[in-house]
Amino acid sequence: MASPRREMPDPMSVPTPQVVVPPISLRRRVTDHVMTGVAVLTVVLVLAPLVAIFGYLVYKGLGSLNWAFLTQTPKPVGEPGGGMANAIVGSMLILGIASLIGVPFGIGAGIYLAEFGRNRFGAAIRFTADVLNGVPSIVIGIVAWALLVRGRGFSALAGGVALAIMMVPTICRTTEEMLLLVPQALREAAYGLGVPRWRTTLSITLRTATSGVITGVMLAFARVAGETAPLLFTALGNTFWNLRYDQPTAALPLQIYVYANSAYDDWHRQAWAGSFVLILLIVSSVAAVRYAVRRGSFGAA
Amino acid sequence: MANHAFSRPDMPGPQPVEATKVTALSTPRTAPLLHVSSGEVPDRIFKSLMTICGLAVLGVLVLIVYSLISGSRLSWHAFGFKFFAASDWDPVGEHFGALPFIYGTLVSSLVALIIAVPLAVGVAVFTTEMCPKVLRAPLSFFVELLAAIPSVIYGLWAIFVLVPLMSGYVEPFLGKTLGWTGLFTGAPYGIGMLAAGIILAVMIIPIISSIAREVLMVVPQHQREAVLALGATRWEMIRVGVLRNARAGIVGGIILGLGRALGETMAVTMVIGNRPDIAKSLFAPGYTMASVLANEFSEATGDTYLSALVEIGLALFVVTIIVNALAQLLVWTVTRGQPAKGNA
Repeated sequence: MASPRREMPDPMSVPTPQVVVPPISLRRRVTDHVMTGVAVLTVVLVLAPLVAIFGYLVYKGLGSLNWAFLTQTPKPVGEPGGGMANAIVGSMLILGIASLIGVPFGIGAGIYLAEFGRNRFGAAIRFTADVLNGVPSIVIGIVAWALLVRGRGFSALAGGVALAIMMVPTICRTTEEMLLLVPQALREAAYGLGVPRWRTTLSITLRTATSGVITGVMLAFARVAGETAPLLFTALGNTFWNLRYDQPTAALPLQIYVYANSAYDDWHRQAWAGSFVLILLIVSSVAAVRYAVRRGSFGAA
Repeated sequence: MANHAFSRPDMPGPQPVEATKVTALSTPRTAPLLHVSSGEVPDRIFKSLMTICGLAVLGVLVLIVYSLISGSRLSWHAFGFKFFAASDWDPVGEHFGALPFIYGTLVSSLVALIIAVPLAVGVAVFTTEMCPKVLRAPLSFFVELLAAIPSVIYGLWAIFVLVPLMSGYVEPFLGKTLGWTGLFTGAPYGIGMLAAGIILAVMIIPIISSIAREVLMVVPQHQREAVLALGATRWEMIRVGVLRNARAGIVGGIILGLGRALGETMAVTMVIGNRPDIAKSLFAPGYTMASVLANEFSEATGDTYLSALVEIGLALFVVTIIVNALAQLLVWTVTRGQPAKGNA
């Protein structure tokens, strides 16, 4: 037990009271130990699926990965062999479109909130961004479908827009938070030198917060990279190569979904390999940018 | 001003330089308000560009609401409120009722919450109150790693690992011991409501546990010390001093997890069985609002069919918005006492 030390005018003059601490009953002690055990058990139960999923991904995925998987397009239904090369490239195309649209708007909205948004309008945007964050991804798919697919046909652009909509709220809120962490004195110093406000924001405030902002961008990227639901009826999927923005496009998560639900062992094998590649893509892109940012910010500082 | 006058005599060197500067600046000083005029136009452009980005966020929400409402108009006119009470889903006869999907969404999410809440809170309590400091960061990192796994990979894993496990061991056992409740009866296919609930639980644990951890850490240290000083054991301290204070925030985290569970699509679609039936048994296959959209939207023919699907999307949207707003409110009430970095 923590020693109870009270502030007394003169500790020596006051006689130490004889405190008799009654022993903690057996029931209470047992309950304490049992609850500690229960807490440890919950941790084990939560970490078990994590270990199991990563274990299977590495075991099945790495085992199924081969050169054909990375270089070939899918074979016709039921025929073994082939790969997901077109889906890997398609995913990059869709994610590229999503980042091109989502990142500038997200950062811009974040700058607005941090630098100009301390009013009711800013509060409304802040609330809207939080609301958008909770909208199910499949609903965003419907919206992208209504805007870009109906009457025009499935396309990589529609998939990219759907993912961009999902990226904006995350990027916007982290950018705002990171910009607000930049000390006000830095801004004032720039204003004091006669630097106009836009220049201050871009090359002082935003630059100082670069690593945080990029981390936010990567979080958003990692989140949408594995998204399948909004692509189901926007990008649709494709068994052939496609590099055009206005054509149905294959994507890694879509292909995994189709293959996992199929009845062919070879496709199941490829679904595992695809999942392994997808996880690798997500983890490595995040890690690479984090590493680059850390190096960069050390160089600047 | 006074400072400048004071410091100048100290440094005689730069004095002439500053004097020339002052004379150079003396022209704009006659009109001090125009001092920033050189940067004013680009500043305005910059501000309006950023405002447009901010407006885009609002615009997206308006767009979502508009396209969902306009897309579901046809179905709304055809079925009205009965859409949510009818349980027949017949695309050929163009009769649509969303009740089986609403039921499936609610039941699978409820099962997920029943499994996830104790586990997530337990993990949060362990990481904040019990575990050695060295373990704290890696533990929370690993739990949050669960949130980084894409939904479709959860589904893949569930199909090939969880479902065989369920049909081989878990469901026969549950049927034997708890079959009398009526919740665990029928053939143990593995695929069904229970499997969907379990995979959903794994997916929402990181959300609930990370918010619970945040809320637990906000509980002031002196609360813990006070309860300990009264002679409480560690568990009593956690129960009385920590959990009771953090109750509202933990409930907020649970509701946030519920919001995620309601809208989760891929993993659920892959294991729930996709049959629009309302069955009491958790072993039976079901269907959720999100998974009917995933399965049928791109193949829907006929305007009423499409419109009915969009209306399901609208219902899903409205429910998740309400649930999320509620959760935000609860989390805010607890963490408000913290130094707010959001509204400096």
